[in-house]
Amino acid sequence: MELIKSGSNINFVGKMKMAFILSFAMIIISIASVILHGGLNYGIDFAGGALVQIKFHQEPSIDSVRSAFKNIGLENSIIQSFGPNEVVVRAAESSTDPKGLTGRIDDALTTAFAKGSYEIRRVEVVGPKVGKDLTRKAILAIVFSWIGMLIYIAWRFEFRYAVGGILALVHDVIITIGAFSILNKEFDLTIIAALLTIIGYSINDTIVVFDRIRENTRKNIKQSLGDTINMSVNQTLSRTILTALTVFIVVVVLFFFGGAVIHDFAFALLVGVVVGTYSSIFIASPIILVWEKIRPNIKRKK
Amino acid sequence: MLKSIKIRAALACIVLIAGLFFLTPSLMSSLPDLWQKYLPKDKIHLGLDLQGGMHLVLEVDTDKATESAMERTSNDLKEALMDKKVRFRHIERTKNNTISLELPDSASRAAFEKVMKDHYPDIETTTSQIRDGNETVSLKLKEKKINEIKKLTIEQSLETIRNRVDQFGISEPEIIPQGEDRIVIQLPGIKDTTRAKNLIGKTALLEFKLVDEEHSLDDALRGNVPDGSVIANENRLDRQSGRRTNIPILLKNKTLLTGGYLESAQVKIGDRFGEPYVGIKFNTQGAKDFDRITGENVKKRLAIVLDGIVHSAPVIQERISGGEAQITGSFTMDEAKDLAIVLRAGALPAPVHILEERTVGPSLGQDSIDKGLWSTIIGGILVMIFMIVYYKFSGVVANVALIMNMIVILGTLAAFRATLTLPGIAGIVLTIGMAVDANVLIFERIREELRAGKTPRAAIETGYSRAFLTILDTNVTTLIAALFLFGFGTGPVKGFAVTLSIGIVVSMFTAIFVTRIIFDHFVWDRKIQTVSI
Repeated sequence: MELIKSGSNINFVGKMKMAFILSFAMIIISIASVILHGGLNYGIDFAGGALVQIKFHQEPSIDSVRSAFKNIGLENSIIQSFGPNEVVVRAAESSTDPKGLTGRIDDALTTAFAKGSYEIRRVEVVGPKVGKDLTRKAILAIVFSWIGMLIYIAWRFEFRYAVGGILALVHDVIITIGAFSILNKEFDLTIIAALLTIIGYSINDTIVVFDRIRENTRKNIKQSLGDTINMSVNQTLSRTILTALTVFIVVVVLFFFGGAVIHDFAFALLVGVVVGTYSSIFIASPIILVWEKIRPNIKRKK
Repeated sequence: MLKSIKIRAALACIVLIAGLFFLTPSLMSSLPDLWQKYLPKDKIHLGLDLQGGMHLVLEVDTDKATESAMERTSNDLKEALMDKKVRFRHIERTKNNTISLELPDSASRAAFEKVMKDHYPDIETTTSQIRDGNETVSLKLKEKKINEIKKLTIEQSLETIRNRVDQFGISEPEIIPQGEDRIVIQLPGIKDTTRAKNLIGKTALLEFKLVDEEHSLDDALRGNVPDGSVIANENRLDRQSGRRTNIPILLKNKTLLTGGYLESAQVKIGDRFGEPYVGIKFNTQGAKDFDRITGENVKKRLAIVLDGIVHSAPVIQERISGGEAQITGSFTMDEAKDLAIVLRAGALPAPVHILEERTVGPSLGQDSIDKGLWSTIIGGILVMIFMIVYYKFSGVVANVALIMNMIVILGTLAAFRATLTLPGIAGIVLTIGMAVDANVLIFERIREELRAGKTPRAAIETGYSRAFLTILDTNVTTLIAALFLFGFGTGPVKGFAVTLSIGIVVSMFTAIFVTRIIFDHFVWDRKIQTVSI
């Protein structure tokens, strides 16, 4: 069976301008969304605060839960349903005294609902100090992973390949974050894990194409770089799409069957797989070409 | 060539068997005795998010520890100077953890310097000003000493918390230091989290102080706290209403005896109301001091203070020899038990604050395991169907590698006692998708070579050798990402990095090495003309 007929010859480099415009627009929209929302919707990992997940035996109304929390000063916290019969309460750092929070919530619920008709399944309290720490570490992890890859690719290939690869990664990360911002989804530690996975996946994809470009450049010295890139992307296209498909399949499974706890994580991966595959084809390789046009003298010196 | 295939096949079998070997305890709940003797006993270690439990990050207030060290030094110095008849004025603890004092003349200055040099090597002079022959000296602890105190404080805190947790009876707790002044505590399977937090977080500084009966409490409450006294709260429980109230009480500042001299603490039941109290027994030194203190203060009230709260302040009826006393108060049975534990385990050298708390109930953990398992199975089956439909027989070969990959990943997790978390399961599911990538790369390349007119044998040869470098490069970059994730991640996220990394490394083995053996076997033995790919 073949998805992509062999000998396909799609002019990807020719669509470079369109792709750049599209990507540029998506990046602008992403950044604008983050600014308009006044920053990301940080989860308690980064912002500090408390999260309590409660499972009821019967579907509770959000209002009844909210009124139950009135007496303990949590009525202004975010209360969302979270899977069948479950709710998640998120309280901001300032409105809660973390000490004894579980006890207070337990008391309030016992008063409003009968004891035994609910179960507190998860409690997370993160102080502001830890939040700051985690934010710093998360940013460092992402930036360092970029630098690490830049060095590796520059060593294994050439510096201009590294530039193309890393810019594509920055592109992927910004757009995935943008998707979270536009949908106002909560941004927490697991999303950082997802971003790093996307980085890993996308660079993986990019390198397969780079590898082929390197091989073809050696084979056909006379061919223009644009043609070589086109040829290489076409030759690897079948593999790119196949792998994207298998990864997409498992991520969709995680999204639907993985449970509420990793739902957003799977969502980030869904976005990332699509964007990462797109960027390997339309962004990473053409950047090598652009780099070549901007600084042709470097290559001639070599 | 045939020999090489056999050797490689044997190697692959050894790896597979090793994987199964370490995995058996996790897969089967009960094993025959004979098996148990030879098989490893460790199951795959589940993270707190899967088995339920509590994760705490504590911050030890090491500044408080240096402050109290300074406090002690200050009192000590005062006595030493008086002892040596050195003239001084206005000794006091000032801001920034320093001691300041005034020396009126040069003779006392020389004497002071000698005392400092001989007895206080850890203290240095920060500033000194001479005005009208009067020298004002400011002293502080040396940086080295401060660091030493901080380090010791963390060590003692760890030890104390370990003791408390052990006595509370939690299986497989994990208590480890993190960074400079933090302690991470993992308590799997714990139910009463509030109680555990109280037990761990309590400083448990037990002090005996006299009640100041010479001065008026009302006067003190109006702001005229007499020198050498302090207002504290006494906690009382009204047995009828069950309500607790705090009543102010005036205490002498000086601590006569601390919990540091305790030998044991036990819960006992009172005769009159059957209410629980804690019976304490001092060690030899403590018993001697207690004997002296009670002897000197008959008919006075002695307050038993725990972390600044007065639990009771009984009148000393007579001299108490033998070193036994009781802490009554208004305890529930659990409170009395926990108080006995913390007194036995000793006080924390400095207060601790809970920075982070994550608790997962056991039912949520089980839910996550179920969902993770189903995701893995469904994801695995879908990918395998896809591979067979797309690559026919070669797809089957890739699937064999995939199954082996799963077994070896899980076996490795068990063998190295790595922790499996929910994101870790997600990592395994993701590995399924990414592991077949190596085979896709190889197969696509073989197809290309076949199209170019090569024989099956040559096509397979070229396909593998050409794809190998690509696979290596792609996997190393993914590993770089996983490595940074591991370096910065905490708990569950770290678990994700672990399974992803293991998955990538193992997939290099299964997807390249193992599938190659199968292909070589068919190509060499039967001299086939076509490849089902």
